[in-house]
Amino acid sequence: MKGKILLLFLCCVVLFFVSLRLGQHQGDLAGADEEAQAIIQEIAPDFSPWFSPLWEPPSGEIETLIFALQAATGGLIIGYILGKRSTH
Amino acid sequence: MAEIMPLFREGHFYSSEEVDLVRVPLVVLCSVVGLLCFTPPVYAMHISEGFLPPLWCGVYFALSVPLVLLGFLQVRRMQDSHARMFLALAGAYIFLLSALKLPSVTGSCSHPTGTGLSGILFGPVVTAFLSSLVLLFQALFLAHGGITTLGANILSMGIAGPFTGFLVFQLLRRYRLTPAVFFAAFTADLATYVVTSFQLALAFPGRSFLFSFARFMSLFAVTQVPLAVMEGLLTVALFEYLKTRMGAELTRLGVRIA
Repeated sequence: MKGKILLLFLCCVVLFFVSLRLGQHQGDLAGADEEAQAIIQEIAPDFSPWFSPLWEPPSGEIETLIFALQAATGGLIIGYILGKRSTH
Repeated sequence: MAEIMPLFREGHFYSSEEVDLVRVPLVVLCSVVGLLCFTPPVYAMHISEGFLPPLWCGVYFALSVPLVLLGFLQVRRMQDSHARMFLALAGAYIFLLSALKLPSVTGSCSHPTGTGLSGILFGPVVTAFLSSLVLLFQALFLAHGGITTLGANILSMGIAGPFTGFLVFQLLRRYRLTPAVFFAAFTADLATYVVTSFQLALAFPGRSFLFSFARFMSLFAVTQVPLAVMEGLLTVALFEYLKTRMGAELTRLGVRIA
């Protein structure tokens, strides 16, 4: 089991870097939703968003912080559950 | 991570004195992959706030809210402590993966959904509820997705994705378990963005619906392919662990693993 899981992780890491490397040459790695907004503006030039977010993270750094907290919380819960179970 | 690592070594979490070769990477790798992507500015994925005409927002809310409520009722009825443990695990997995913006070969970034695992364990109804919580969190605190587009995003990520994953798992698991898990996660991830493209093309058909659908598909779905593979591999790894260490509990949950 351990070998198999490690191998799977390794594949993920390799795929990540391949993706990153190829992606870098294709575009600036912006979010796909921002690009979707551009397509919408192109298809329907007279459409404008009719609602804006109630609150936006004041800067890219703060947004990163909240995303990091989100990932950390998820990872912590998963790690806690798996760890707790395997000590039984 | 530096503060957490000693805890693992000192055996707070683990009784064995050696650092487990599997469990530690499981947590660490998830975090590392996440941190690698946190190069500002970060971007988002779902249909952005205000970008869906009000009529469509209403339609998608009407479609997804009943399922979310049904999922909520199912979760409340869940009394078994092991079922609740798996519920927390599935929810945390969606929460974690939704935060990971990964680069794709198309030159844009997107994130996996994590709903495949939940679809396998609980089916699409409970997953709809779990996803709605994650989407609400991101809409409120990250301006990612949106309140007005919440219904549409729940329909794609919380319902269509896990429903596809659930079906694929049920179909394939008769033959072999591991490919079934992989393709369940893979298709759940991909289906989410196919439906997103469909929703956008319906709202913005332009000259023709098909032309519009192809444009959104080429952006969302193609971008998503390598990410869906990564999610598939990660889900197989986690499921492998669950199967080995918590096989009895999985069976009790109703997931046939043998």
